[in-house]
Amino acid sequence: MEKKKIVMDAEGIDRSLTRIAYEILEKNKGVEKLVLVGIQTGGVFLAERLRRKISEIEGRGIPLGILDITLYRDDLQTSHLKPRLGKTDISFSLNDKKVVLVDDVLFTGRTIRAAMDALIDFGRPRSIQLTVLIDRGHRELPIRADFVGKNLPSSLWEAVSVDLTEKNGRDEVVVVLNG
Amino acid sequence: MKLNRKDILGIQELSVEEINLILETADSFIEVSTREIKKVPTLRGKTVINLFYEASTRTRTSFEIAGKRLGADTINISASTSSVVKGETLIDTARNLEAMNPDVIVIRHAAAGAPHMLAGLLRQSIINAGDGAHEHPTQALLDLMTIRAKKGGIAGLKVAIVGDIAHSRVARSNIHGLTKMGAAVIVAGPATMIPRGIEKMGVVVHTQIEEAIREADIIMMLRIQTEREQQNIFPSLREYAQYFSLNRGNIGLARKDVLIMHPGPMNRGVEISPDIADGPHSIILDQVTNGVAVRMALLYLLTGGVS
Repeated sequence: MEKKKIVMDAEGIDRSLTRIAYEILEKNKGVEKLVLVGIQTGGVFLAERLRRKISEIEGRGIPLGILDITLYRDDLQTSHLKPRLGKTDISFSLNDKKVVLVDDVLFTGRTIRAAMDALIDFGRPRSIQLTVLIDRGHRELPIRADFVGKNLPSSLWEAVSVDLTEKNGRDEVVVVLNG
Repeated sequence: MKLNRKDILGIQELSVEEINLILETADSFIEVSTREIKKVPTLRGKTVINLFYEASTRTRTSFEIAGKRLGADTINISASTSSVVKGETLIDTARNLEAMNPDVIVIRHAAAGAPHMLAGLLRQSIINAGDGAHEHPTQALLDLMTIRAKKGGIAGLKVAIVGDIAHSRVARSNIHGLTKMGAAVIVAGPATMIPRGIEKMGVVVHTQIEEAIREADIIMMLRIQTEREQQNIFPSLREYAQYFSLNRGNIGLARKDVLIMHPGPMNRGVEISPDIADGPHSIILDQVTNGVAVRMALLYLLTGGVS
């Protein structure tokens, strides 16, 4: 049996992103040296929305990069199924930049570990900060987010899915209980 | 999505879905070669052996760079500096390499079918880097990738392949690949260089370059294998150049936006005039750049994953 529960609707997601945009600007004292990097695929759409909000607030655009972490995964040698490779597009230097990584769900932390390794291959950022829409716990690595939309304590038997208009046709966060 | 095979031996046995998967993966790998640090840790701890029984600059270097950019250790063995000169057989060489536990063996051999024999014999993944006049699958894949990138697709294009079709593994692999992807393929060359029955591969045959390249979207010139001049399949390089070279005089027959390809090495002034090889229609060096990405894609798709 499958049970679905909506834990965040379109307005909730939008309000969280607005708050996070202000928090990012507050912590970094504006947009100087600030860049966003979205992790494929969900993080990219969220990063685009954050960029729009930040440029509306500050009246100034900031660079946005796209990162696919597949080549840095730690399970390529053990998993039988090769993940489909996505595009990476970071067309600006990361040297001395304050990089805000954006992902939809923070879970084991392994994706973020891979993303940080990848970023450091692109240069030496001044700092790397992490933004996630949902932090569902169950970390397997010592990683935490700087900006969180919603903390969502979850059980390992649940799946947390962030649906976004850009890829799923609507904005909502749902928890699916398998069992 | 997964490439469900151990080896890449030819284009003939690949499905359209598999070709698309390889090309899409290769597109994503282009970016790695443009970075300041051109290396990712994906194949760390993997070993790739390039076993080359025939001369090669592009293919061998390309495989080596592809492996290294993915973090694999790559080793090159060329027949002229190996125990082959002491008379070791291909099978013995292969078994000895297998005993050192590599993950992928890339092989080029003058005998058609040599990679297939190794594939059946060894547990490693085998990639065919050219076997006799049979197939050169990675060349065809990089050609398909280049055409797709420049033209936005392959289906419906008119592609002319000109030169020594009979002795060309590049032509054979490309004919398989292009026809599968929906292009119309025309081949042309002197009658002695057109294999009998080639029409069965789904191509149109012409004996004059002018007819073949008329309205072509792509012209693929093949290297004239000068070592074959002795075999009486063409009278002289000069006569060949006169009748079958691509030059300023005949390129106008093709479409205005025609793209010129050549697998290299080029005989400038024989099958292609220098101004065409270096001209605005030439995508010959794009082919080389894409070759690294295609080989990275194949190494990535073939390795890893416990069975």
